[in-house]
Amino acid sequence: MSKNDFTINRREALAGIATAALTAGSIVPASAQTQQPIRIGMGMAMTGGLAALGKSALLGMQIWKDDLNARGGLLGRKVEFVTYDDQSSPAVVPGIYSKLIDIDKVDLVVSGYATNQIAAAMPTIMQKKRLFMTLFGLAANDQFKYDRYFQMQPNGPDARMEFSRGYIETAMAMNPKPKTIALVGADAEFPNIALDGARENAKKAGLKIVYDKMYPPNTIDFGTIVRSIKATEAELVFVASYPPDSAGMVRAAREVGLKSRMFGGGMIGLQSAALKTQLGPLLNGVVGYDLYVPEPTLKFPGIEEFLKKYQAEAAKQGVDPLGFYIAPFAYAEMQVLEQAIVAVGSLDEAKLAQHIHKASFDTVAGTIKFQERGEWAEPRVLLVQYQGVTGNDVEQFKQTGRQVILHPPKYKSGDIKAPFGD
Amino acid sequence: MYVTWDLMANAIVAGILLGGFYAAVAVGVTIAFGMLDIVNIAHPAVMMIGAFLAYLALNTFGIDPMITMVILAGVGLAIGPFLYRGYHALIEKRGDESLQGLAFFFGILFIVEIGLVMTFGVDYRALELSYLSKTFELGAVSIPARMLIPFVVAMIMCGLCYAYLFYTFTGRTILAVAQDVEAVRLIGADPQRSKSVAFSIAIATGLVAGVLLILIQPVEPSIGREFIGRAFAVCVLGGIASITGTVTAAMILGVAETLTASLIGPSWSPAISFGLLLLTLAFRPSGIFGR
Repeated sequence: MSKNDFTINRREALAGIATAALTAGSIVPASAQTQQPIRIGMGMAMTGGLAALGKSALLGMQIWKDDLNARGGLLGRKVEFVTYDDQSSPAVVPGIYSKLIDIDKVDLVVSGYATNQIAAAMPTIMQKKRLFMTLFGLAANDQFKYDRYFQMQPNGPDARMEFSRGYIETAMAMNPKPKTIALVGADAEFPNIALDGARENAKKAGLKIVYDKMYPPNTIDFGTIVRSIKATEAELVFVASYPPDSAGMVRAAREVGLKSRMFGGGMIGLQSAALKTQLGPLLNGVVGYDLYVPEPTLKFPGIEEFLKKYQAEAAKQGVDPLGFYIAPFAYAEMQVLEQAIVAVGSLDEAKLAQHIHKASFDTVAGTIKFQERGEWAEPRVLLVQYQGVTGNDVEQFKQTGRQVILHPPKYKSGDIKAPFGD
Repeated sequence: MYVTWDLMANAIVAGILLGGFYAAVAVGVTIAFGMLDIVNIAHPAVMMIGAFLAYLALNTFGIDPMITMVILAGVGLAIGPFLYRGYHALIEKRGDESLQGLAFFFGILFIVEIGLVMTFGVDYRALELSYLSKTFELGAVSIPARMLIPFVVAMIMCGLCYAYLFYTFTGRTILAVAQDVEAVRLIGADPQRSKSVAFSIAIATGLVAGVLLILIQPVEPSIGREFIGRAFAVCVLGGIASITGTVTAAMILGVAETLTASLIGPSWSPAISFGLLLLTLAFRPSGIFGR
């Protein structure tokens, strides 16, 4: 064999490898090659005040997309996201959804986070008769009554009452029964709704409301407010607040030496790792609503695997490192969509909506069934109490027993420690 | 109504402490807007840079925010002239700076916010320092270190600004620029240099105010916007170009807010504060210390 022959053979071998590679490419299923990916569009808060949860939610959805595509996609097609930053501003949301539907021509749309964004998108969505899976919308469809709307926060049919139901029922189970309550919250949408429900729940329980005030959203000094509450000697203090206020209220309660029997309730922000670690031991005794905590009574299939993936990626992306609050629900939202599409066998949105109304869905956030307005048929807002928090380490919040579930009884994992001031 | 003397005393003290922080935020606006006629809407963005750099300094290098704020004040004074030169070349020199300047600073505000989001993420950040959780008791009055430290720093900072403006030649030229640029030229001073120095002081105070904010509460990149209205209100109430007026107005607004929160309810605080501003402007349009 001459050297030239060998050279020719080597070229032939290279050509053979190239041909084999090309052939291998051609034997990938025709569907994956020829069919366009399923495109799901959304606006999401990636900057501005809602971005912390918006980015956490988006990461949850991206993990679903990657899991799904690794399994071969949906209806034999890969799934892609088309996302725009809504800058936490509802004003830009209608434009985003018009673009997604009319220009990008996405196959499906889902909402961003949260209520104001969802409400802003609703007229466009309803006009175009699109299916709308939404994330953390507080009673956003109560006025619209749109039959293709489905919402993923486990508020149940009467969201207004749910954020304080657990608090009041837990309080009234204490011995002796409390008689007085103080209600305080930010003068903004969520606290307004939560306080409205708390007022009604308190009256039903026969509690005397001794303080009922709201504060402007950009309040800095909470000491004055907590001192006024302390002066009323209220046995229970229900707080409905946004993240910086939640931190301010907890700090002020400690600085002023508030000695109520229960303190907290509807405080947004305590669910995120940022505030948990910043407040650390100051949280001990505080009660707050939550949606998922790593307690033994709340083990859903797939949740731990999901959180493992999430926490690994969150560290790289600089989003909430725990991911307990919104991310599992964002993932579960996409699981609902996936299961509906598989069951219906198409992207026909009318049929998908009909199916979602009828079926139950097994997700990482538990089994979900929707009622007629698209809310969860069975509420699952948790009341948790922070216990045994030491230092400011984030890892402790991954352990059981730090955020003990007090309510609902079905998921209860521990007993309340009262009074708060001790 | 559960109003006691203890509650009133605590409310007044809390209002004074809060007013101190407001003064720290507003003094930079007073210098830039009141004295230089620069509508620096980006002042909250400067604050946020200060807040996040304090967070970075503590959590990466272990530098206490008390030291960071001194360093940042120096950095502000050093980079301020360059920023002013940029503003002067792009906007001021061409005239019509009121509208174009407003758009320019809005742009800066958004760029800084996005930059902070990309660098630090979107979560709330706070400083974990044991001395911040201390509370001092003076009889029935309790004074949290979280509010006391910003108050003390703010008073020192405003005092230094006042001393510089009234007891140095450059300081006096800055005050003169606020009144008559041509007159400053006639006495042989350079108005551009005076403006440049004054703008640097405004930047430095903004950075320090940001550090004070993160001592008080958790911050996220866009939270500074919430203070711009109050800062301008304090500046206008105080008399636009008066440091003494700014401090006094900040105290008045702070005490008005906390007393309203104690006596009527916290949701009335902005109404009372801004009502006070309107009344002052109705009877004394130039503000409390305005001339």
